[in-house]
Amino acid sequence: MTIRAQIGMVLNLDKCIGCHTCSVTCKNVWTSRAGVEYAWFNNVESKPGIGYPRNWEDQSEWKGGWELTKAGKLRPKIGSKMGILANIFANPDMPLIDDYYEPFTYEYDHLQTAKESKTVPTARMKSAITGKVKEKPEWGMNWEEILGGEFEKRSQDHNFKDIEKQIYGEFENTFMMYLPRLCEHCLNPSCVASCPSGAIYKREEDGIVLIDQDKCRGWRMCVSGCPYKKIYFNWQSGKSEKCTFCYPRIEAGEPTICSETCVGRIRYLGVLLYDSDQIEQAASVKDEQDLYQSQCDLFLDPNDPDVIARAKADGVPDSWITGAQNSPVYKMAMQWKIAFPLHPEYRTLPMVWYVPPLSPIQSAAEAGHLDQDGMLPDVRSLRIPNQYLANMLTAGDEAPIISALERMMAMRLYMRGKTVDGVEDPKILAQVGMSKNEMEDMYQLMAIANYEDRFVIPTNHREYAGDGPFDQEIAFSARSECGFSFGNDSPCGGQDSTNLFGSQTHSNTLSGTPRRKS
Amino acid sequence: MAEYINTFLFGVYPYIAVSVMIIGSVLRYDQNPYSWKSDSSQLLHSKGLRLGSNLFHIGIILLFFGHLLGLLTPHWVYEPFITAGQKQVLAMTAGGIFGLMCLVGMVILIWRRTTQDRVRATTKFMDMAILLILFVQLILGLMTIPESAKHLDGSSMVALAEWSQHIVTFRPGAADFILPQALVFKLHIVLGLTIFLLFPFTRLVHMISAPLKFLLRSGYQIVRKRG
Repeated sequence: MTIRAQIGMVLNLDKCIGCHTCSVTCKNVWTSRAGVEYAWFNNVESKPGIGYPRNWEDQSEWKGGWELTKAGKLRPKIGSKMGILANIFANPDMPLIDDYYEPFTYEYDHLQTAKESKTVPTARMKSAITGKVKEKPEWGMNWEEILGGEFEKRSQDHNFKDIEKQIYGEFENTFMMYLPRLCEHCLNPSCVASCPSGAIYKREEDGIVLIDQDKCRGWRMCVSGCPYKKIYFNWQSGKSEKCTFCYPRIEAGEPTICSETCVGRIRYLGVLLYDSDQIEQAASVKDEQDLYQSQCDLFLDPNDPDVIARAKADGVPDSWITGAQNSPVYKMAMQWKIAFPLHPEYRTLPMVWYVPPLSPIQSAAEAGHLDQDGMLPDVRSLRIPNQYLANMLTAGDEAPIISALERMMAMRLYMRGKTVDGVEDPKILAQVGMSKNEMEDMYQLMAIANYEDRFVIPTNHREYAGDGPFDQEIAFSARSECGFSFGNDSPCGGQDSTNLFGSQTHSNTLSGTPRRKS
Repeated sequence: MAEYINTFLFGVYPYIAVSVMIIGSVLRYDQNPYSWKSDSSQLLHSKGLRLGSNLFHIGIILLFFGHLLGLLTPHWVYEPFITAGQKQVLAMTAGGIFGLMCLVGMVILIWRRTTQDRVRATTKFMDMAILLILFVQLILGLMTIPESAKHLDGSSMVALAEWSQHIVTFRPGAADFILPQALVFKLHIVLGLTIFLLFPFTRLVHMISAPLKFLLRSGYQIVRKRG
């Protein structure tokens, strides 16, 4: 056993209002540069829908994640190492920019420079790549926003597997939910596995998966390897980029920017201890539906004295062990069992988990005959089909989803009884197998969701980590210039035009100028 | 004068070109690692790439190693097995096949880079320059085949091999082997050396990073320790 720690995230979908604040703040910090305008390290999708890039969940098309060979060995779905190299000249499994969307800007300066005319001048849409006029956008990171588009197309959603989906196209039966998505910082990342340069790595101390920009050669296999399609190819720098889990903030004990700015307070960050020797075994269990449990089995109880001793021996700092003991992520995923990994069947052992959303009780309830399951309304009659959530979060196994929804429903009933009627009903507790304290803890964390309860992040230890790119002097010199940049970049937008070793062709389009650099 | 130019181009220029290539590449790798990349444009436009890029790359890699082995293998190594004349026919056949593969691929790539808006918009001067130089070089290379067919005794092939072996072993008089050769060989060599010269300033540097080490990586995962 070798114990490592990772900062994990839980998103409580029950409270997500789909405001996209997470996406916008993330974009402002990380992807406001030429080449990654189309990239959203964090985006929020309306479900059901095929998402961004188009149809990302269909691995028969994109070949992301892992598969088991006949011998039961894990192998990236895009192929063996030899197979990956054989595709290096032209990657057959890579999305085109149109599967995301062609980046664009509006010709704002025309509004100021247009000559006198009978009609009001307009700012037309122009491609950020070619500078040519575009008639309309064709796709985007939230294209199906609030069930936009026909059901026929949206219902291509892979999570409708094994569901008679036609009735959900009817107005009376329709349902929706939001799914904010970011890099999963997997325990068994298939992007790392498929990078021929070895440029992608997982950090030992906090589990964050990063791309070494100086080592990346732009072979673009990670784009295919990642089943969540959360690695983006920067078409200006020719290198891949991804969510950094805001590591400079995490190192300083602060939440990621998407978590910090979440107005619904749906995001939780906390430490999980896990046994890194068991990763391969956990990811190779035969039955896809066992993957959720096998991942849970990797996580260790931070209050167990043996685990603590072992963790210390393996170099986990004390503050991280304390962090693990107070971790909201551990509570939600492991103690209350209300959070689940996104698509465990990809075998990547993702570390961004989701609390499934409750939804209104179906029409039967409106007619006055509510299905009761003991003390609780029957969660099977919720508007969002359990099977749909299960296809998304447990490889199709409904039982854990039902249990989680029941606990959340019970929490509402119990706390409403307590605060409105002044009655603490033990029968509700008994039905979902939770104690009074547990229930009140859960209420505190999920409903009240105080900042310090949501984000339990031990600071990094600088004596190990050294200076980061966001240290004061570096951060201040770059502030309000071009944001995040690399290597020999000039302070604003790419390398200088006189560089002998090649320079960028485009500059940042956020200024509203869609043209190439002259 | 002609002899002076000959000595410069085939006796001195090789050393200049290779020096610039080595020093330039080291400097770029050390000073500007962020610019070291294959510069794929597949994300923006993938049509024709499957055929074009594969044919081009496979063709040019085989051509490269064909030249490397053909020119630098000492005469006495292959002598017991095949005559110089047979080796020349082998070189012409293999070079012809790989050259045609490369040619088809390259036509597709040039079509893509010159006519497709998105690729054109992201094309840097050096991307276009090196593509066209490689194209001209390939045509020159293919033009040497009919030239060679005029004399199948292998004599000019041996002379070219002698020249390159003299160059890499720093022996004097290398340029004298080239002097009597046909113009097309001379042009092919000079342009080839120019490609060496331009190497560090183009996307060609990605070939140094061909990720063969990937095959040797034990397991799949990479974890970096702090520090």
